[in-house]
Amino acid sequence: MKNILIKNGCLVDPIAGTEQVADLYLAGGKIAAVGAAPVGFTVDETIDATGLIVAPGLVDLAARLREPGFEYKATLKSEMAAAAAGGVTSVVCPPDTDPVLDESGLVTNLRQRAKNLDLARLYPVGALTVGLKGKEITEMAMLKEAGCVAFSQGDVPIADLQVLYRAMLYAANFGFELRLRPEEASLVNDGVAHDGPYASRLGLTGIPVIAETIAVAQIVQLMRATGCRVHLARMSSAAGLDLVRAAKAEGLPLTCDVSINHIHLADIDIGFFDSQYRFDPPLRAVADRDAIVKALNDGTIDAICSDHSPVDDDGKLLPFAQAERGATGLELLLPLTLKWASSQHISLPQALAKISSVPAKMLGFDAGLAVGNRADLVLFDAKAHWQVIPERLKSQGKNTPFIGHEMLGKVKYTVVKGKVIFG
Amino acid sequence: MYNPQLNAQGELIHLLTTEGLPRRILTQILDKAAEFVSGGELVNQKFADLAGTSVFNLFFENSTRTRTTFEIAAKRLSADVSSLNIQASSTAKGETLLDTIHNIEAMGANLFVVRHSDSGASHLIAKHVKPGVAVVNAGDGRHAHPTQAMLDMFTIRHFKGDFTNLRIAIVGDVLHSRVARSQIHALSTLGCPDIRVIAPKTLLPTGIEQLGVHVYHDMESGLKDVDVVAMLRLQNERMAGAYLPSTQEFYKVYGLTPEKLAFAKPDAIVLHPGPMNRGVEIDSAVADGDQAVILPQVTFGIAVRMAVLSIVAANQRSLL
Repeated sequence: MKNILIKNGCLVDPIAGTEQVADLYLAGGKIAAVGAAPVGFTVDETIDATGLIVAPGLVDLAARLREPGFEYKATLKSEMAAAAAGGVTSVVCPPDTDPVLDESGLVTNLRQRAKNLDLARLYPVGALTVGLKGKEITEMAMLKEAGCVAFSQGDVPIADLQVLYRAMLYAANFGFELRLRPEEASLVNDGVAHDGPYASRLGLTGIPVIAETIAVAQIVQLMRATGCRVHLARMSSAAGLDLVRAAKAEGLPLTCDVSINHIHLADIDIGFFDSQYRFDPPLRAVADRDAIVKALNDGTIDAICSDHSPVDDDGKLLPFAQAERGATGLELLLPLTLKWASSQHISLPQALAKISSVPAKMLGFDAGLAVGNRADLVLFDAKAHWQVIPERLKSQGKNTPFIGHEMLGKVKYTVVKGKVIFG
Repeated sequence: MYNPQLNAQGELIHLLTTEGLPRRILTQILDKAAEFVSGGELVNQKFADLAGTSVFNLFFENSTRTRTTFEIAAKRLSADVSSLNIQASSTAKGETLLDTIHNIEAMGANLFVVRHSDSGASHLIAKHVKPGVAVVNAGDGRHAHPTQAMLDMFTIRHFKGDFTNLRIAIVGDVLHSRVARSQIHALSTLGCPDIRVIAPKTLLPTGIEQLGVHVYHDMESGLKDVDVVAMLRLQNERMAGAYLPSTQEFYKVYGLTPEKLAFAKPDAIVLHPGPMNRGVEIDSAVADGDQAVILPQVTFGIAVRMAVLSIVAANQRSLL
């Protein structure tokens, strides 16, 4: 393993909350020193980071890699390369593959294949119920042993509260965390867009905000009853966030995230049925988007995820209601987070915390620049502009509402375990 | 704002929705339709507006009445007309909507009349057809049914003259109605000062008042002093769900009977897009009464569709 000197970069540490121009020394896959070289350090490789931000690698809490089962949309290889290009060093993937990640052997296999690629670290989330069918709970302890960091239903809600109740009791038994997307399926029905004046105007079937709030309220009640730790994935509404805020104030072990898309977009952006704007949960009203930004600023929302969902063109060239949901996001996580931070005058350490140190803490490690920490880093030019051109994205999924948009913040190098994997 | 229905000169090249069309264009459609009507009847002659034009009626969703009126309209304009019932063919075999369109385009289509169960399907098609090919929306999901709305406008103008001093009530299943949405946009643009919708809360879309309508939940206050009552069709399948308890109850509360119609102005006219459910949304005494203009609507529907086909085809030709 090479000893690397990252010279003259602006080190941004989201845990310490500091920004300083200094040299960084990497050895043995860890941060060996900051500022001056450790005694006896021999430099094998030097990266000139003058003018670049050097920060902990990004930790993405939700990225679908589509493998196994949906290789026509994307592969582990293509999406891990996209992660590297996006500065993402730790990827958390939901269990909604085919087959579903509901057996330890599948998890071991996936992790091994990811390891062979030698790119970002992969953190699978195990299925909470067998086949995500919402009937029987999975062998959580065995899945945990195989490397699952938490358990979730992906985007398939559990219809039977009894099952969810038991699952939470069982998970609480071991201190496992559940990642739940709060959505009451019966209120979604056949909805495809936020239930508001814009969907009414377009004649699109609405998904009401209560589909989210009722689910959050139920989950909070179940948390009180079971003591289970829960992370709510991809919050979308002001009212839902109010419930999260109250639950957190009560001291419940609840965290939540939001997708990069929901920070910047609202239902009115759908325009004339543009399927690039079809998401799950739907893009909600402008007031909800503003509440998301506020909740990010005040800490109610802990983390930002890419909600990376590679979709092929065939999945998008359909009437809005039939079009596949989601967008590519791994390569947009950093610039869209920086865009939020810039518009809200959030400091760089605080902004990066949402996509590195906070989600890392949920995975059980420290993503800071302290000596001894993992040498998982992203080096980026915070002043570089670039345009989102689908063909230039590494992800096999080329669809995003941000096609053609100008981004600020370009990844130059990505380092994982002390090795440059991009740049 | 960019409007995909208009070319760079602001002329109509597709008709996808009445929303966002300037008053000038709505009036142009009505005026053009008037050329095909004389004394309340269709002018009994063939026109050459669409000679050499291939019109394809693509009905991805069932319809007899609308498809037939479009066929008649296109034939009266001397078009070559093909009507395809796509439900039972290509898409059922897995072909995508756009593949179907491109295939028919390759057969030399100049104009598509499209009905589809998904809102926005016509917009998608219009975005992907070749230059010079026009798309007319014959109803997409809950979104729009612009020719139906325009024939209603024609009927209202025929009987009432002007829109700028009218009170108009739209009654029934607004939630699922593409007709209602298109009527509301057209009436607003044409200057109608008081557009009302009357329905139970289960059949009203969220935030409908933001389209510029006044919302009523009871017939007495909603119909008070209106000049036009536009009834909507209530699909029977709605009765089974949690939208309404029963046909009988809907009829009792919202069915248009002579007693309820008496809340409106004495000379109010009654519209219905058809097919009617007698004894559900409308009483036979009203449907067959003096105030009903339901059959003239059908006649005017052909004239309006002739106007729309003629205008979009001419504007598309001028692009080539």
